[in-house]
Amino acid sequence: MHKVKGISLAALLLALTISPLAMASSGGPALEAADNDMSNIPSLQRGARNFMNYCSGCHSAQYVRFNSMGKDLEFSDKQLVDNLMFNAEKTYETIRSNMPADQSKVWFGVTPPDLSLMARSRGSDYIYNFLRGFYADASRPTGVNNTVLVGTSMPHVLGGLQGLQRAVFHESSHEGQAATTEFQGFEMITAGTMSAEEYDNFVRDTVNFLDYISEPVQMKRRVIGVWTLIFLTLFLIVAYMLKKEIWKDVT
Amino acid sequence: MAHTDSETVAEQNGLVKWIDDRFPLTKLIKEHATEYYASKNFNFWYVFGVLATVVLVMQLLTGIFLTMNYKPDANEAFASVEYIMRDVEWGWLIRYMHSTGASAFFIVVYLHMFRAMLYGSYRKPRELIWIIGMLIFLVLMAEAFAGYLLPWGQMSYWGAQVIISLFGAIPAVGDTLVEYIRGDFSISDITLNRFFALHVIALPLALVGLVVVHIMALHEVGSNNPDGIEIKKLKGADGVPLDGIAFHPYHTSKDLVAIIMFMMIFLAVVFFAPEMGGYFLEHANFEPANMMATPEHIAPVWYFTPFYAILRAVPNKLGGVILMILAVMLPLFLPWLDRCKVKSIRYRGWIYKLALTLFVISFIILGWLGTQPPNALYVLLARITALIYFSFFLLMPFYSVIDKTKPVPERVVYHA
Amino acid sequence: MTDDVDRNRRHFLTVATAVAGGVGVAFAAVPFISSLKPSARAQALGAPVEVPIGSLEPGEMVRILWRGKPVWVLRRTEEMLARLPDVDPFLRDPDSIEDQQPKYAVNEYRSRKPEFLVVLGSCTHLGCAPLNKFEVQPAENWFGGFFCPCHGSKFDLAGRVYMGVPAPLNLVVPPYRFISDDLILVGADTGDA
Repeated sequence: MHKVKGISLAALLLALTISPLAMASSGGPALEAADNDMSNIPSLQRGARNFMNYCSGCHSAQYVRFNSMGKDLEFSDKQLVDNLMFNAEKTYETIRSNMPADQSKVWFGVTPPDLSLMARSRGSDYIYNFLRGFYADASRPTGVNNTVLVGTSMPHVLGGLQGLQRAVFHESSHEGQAATTEFQGFEMITAGTMSAEEYDNFVRDTVNFLDYISEPVQMKRRVIGVWTLIFLTLFLIVAYMLKKEIWKDVT
Repeated sequence: MAHTDSETVAEQNGLVKWIDDRFPLTKLIKEHATEYYASKNFNFWYVFGVLATVVLVMQLLTGIFLTMNYKPDANEAFASVEYIMRDVEWGWLIRYMHSTGASAFFIVVYLHMFRAMLYGSYRKPRELIWIIGMLIFLVLMAEAFAGYLLPWGQMSYWGAQVIISLFGAIPAVGDTLVEYIRGDFSISDITLNRFFALHVIALPLALVGLVVVHIMALHEVGSNNPDGIEIKKLKGADGVPLDGIAFHPYHTSKDLVAIIMFMMIFLAVVFFAPEMGGYFLEHANFEPANMMATPEHIAPVWYFTPFYAILRAVPNKLGGVILMILAVMLPLFLPWLDRCKVKSIRYRGWIYKLALTLFVISFIILGWLGTQPPNALYVLLARITALIYFSFFLLMPFYSVIDKTKPVPERVVYHA
Repeated sequence: MTDDVDRNRRHFLTVATAVAGGVGVAFAAVPFISSLKPSARAQALGAPVEVPIGSLEPGEMVRILWRGKPVWVLRRTEEMLARLPDVDPFLRDPDSIEDQQPKYAVNEYRSRKPEFLVVLGSCTHLGCAPLNKFEVQPAENWFGGFFCPCHGSKFDLAGRVYMGVPAPLNLVVPPYRFISDDLILVGADTGDA
């Protein structure tokens, strides 16, 4: 009887907690894992540099303060001012884009979105594949399309690094079914300054940084969480012994 | 040693007496703790009431601190949440505790209600406790819904859009009602402002008041137990129920263990998985509300999804709304739907055990379906499970009577 | 006998649980109390402020806002400076013994450079903003200074409080430094910006 209840409870808890994790990723094409490592400070530093050099021209990260970021990523104030703050004077300022929003809307048709929370709303895998998914498409005003975000307004800013690639689609038509196009892979048309591996690492660092700014506290909270659980375990032991002791009265 | 001890006792008594002459302090402590006798055979399922209280206190506390930094303004709300997450020291923890607390509240409340269904806690003489509990549940749903608009993300906005539109299904007054709820022609700054008022003042006030009444009613009647036996029927010479033990220190020491265990699970979520895979904090809600674009897939937060799935299963707007409201309200009538001779599942026959199992399964499946994009198979599944859900309640007057019962013992089952 | 042992054990465990619970509550209180202090944004908004003083004439004063408080920068004339010692007998704390200024302002002028007085324009009584009253009235032993309209507190031209008024302390000298001869940074005395 008790066992049965225990199992049904476990099932309930499972249904309430574990299954969401399993179901979280659904829909859309399969994304390659970004595999970024937030404990890797040099990677985050490179990502910050990449972001400020390649992204911050058009994209802001309006919730991110240079000084808070500098503290977490182990940048000195001098490094921040000399190497990262192109469009800011004081270290307590936030990351703004160089471009006025109304102008960028005219140029691109949309205002480039703020990137503070992009890794949280879309996931780091999404960005990792997006930045690697540009391919030549003459029908687009920017000359490129993207396998992850089809019809994106964003030009291939990193094209000089990655080079320009072509997407190979496989069209298959089975009898009685509508023809389907399936993405097969990329072929490089003109090489960039980086090898494929170098470029992947470049993107991975950048995604790592975006992941960090989407929730700057995420490394810290895990550490605090471990200590909290250790304390509560000790508390639990004492409280359980007290309960046992007091319940000796109950017969 | 003994001398000083008796001195302090005398001193305390002096102060306590001074208060007791003016306020029933000792009386309250006796009635609700040291001389409130509850059955000694409470099991695991009896911790969720106290856990719900813990979560309520936690929500009130974190809520107050969030209110200090949050701005109920369509132009600033989203940014003020990020301000809390980044600029306010420890603000992230307070916010995660509050957002996780919302889900935790529903988990413990659902399990608390399930306990009542296991052991017939809603049966006479506890009908009013159950009704008040159901009111708490309804207010809690309203509170959670109002709170979900406040971050002003995409899900906040479009979720509110969909749910408020439901009221439009009501014939004749629907459209006007919807405008009165929103205070505008669409969800706007005005809606946000009034939902804020509801979320931080009106509904919490109602919630706390109802919880006090819930506990007062419980302590008047006395707690049920896993055997569904009225322990007050058998009292010792001292007037204490033979199977009862004082709430303090016995149940409090036990509850403390439960609270610590709960906090371990709760804080593990807060520190290691505050988004809970997008179920406690939905990914799309990290994008600011955009009136021009609906997110690809809208789903309410998990605790509403069973009812949402029922809504979607009906191919008629008004019909769906009615069935959904019915699904929420039906448990209210349990005290009268259940006509079995015994209260506890321990002494009921296989029919109720099967019915309750099917009910739980259908509830979980409905909850899962509510999170999924609808397709033909899912709609069919939702209809079948919804049928089971409604049958559990509507057929109860019949199957609860014919169910074979076992004899209920005089005393509760307890092994020290 | 066993009863005694149990009692001790029970007492010990009760105390241990209470202590552990107390520690837990104390830990839990830290985030809530810490969240009350000025946030990163408040600190950004309260960052040091630069005050150009190149065009400030002798006897002229500018008011700026730093951390939501008025800061006065007064360029004192030779006569003003010369009169300061005359006020000493009428003051509560003529030698700036009370800790109302950074170390570098503990001198007869209460400033880094004698000419420039930098003080918070906030009366040490209850926080009103005192008024300028620079004209000298020897008959009333008034050598020029500031007068608080709220409760009549008086301060001299080094921000020092007179005796016999409600304000207990000299005006506060905030941290500041000269970036150049023409520029004062109010709010920080070391490091940059």
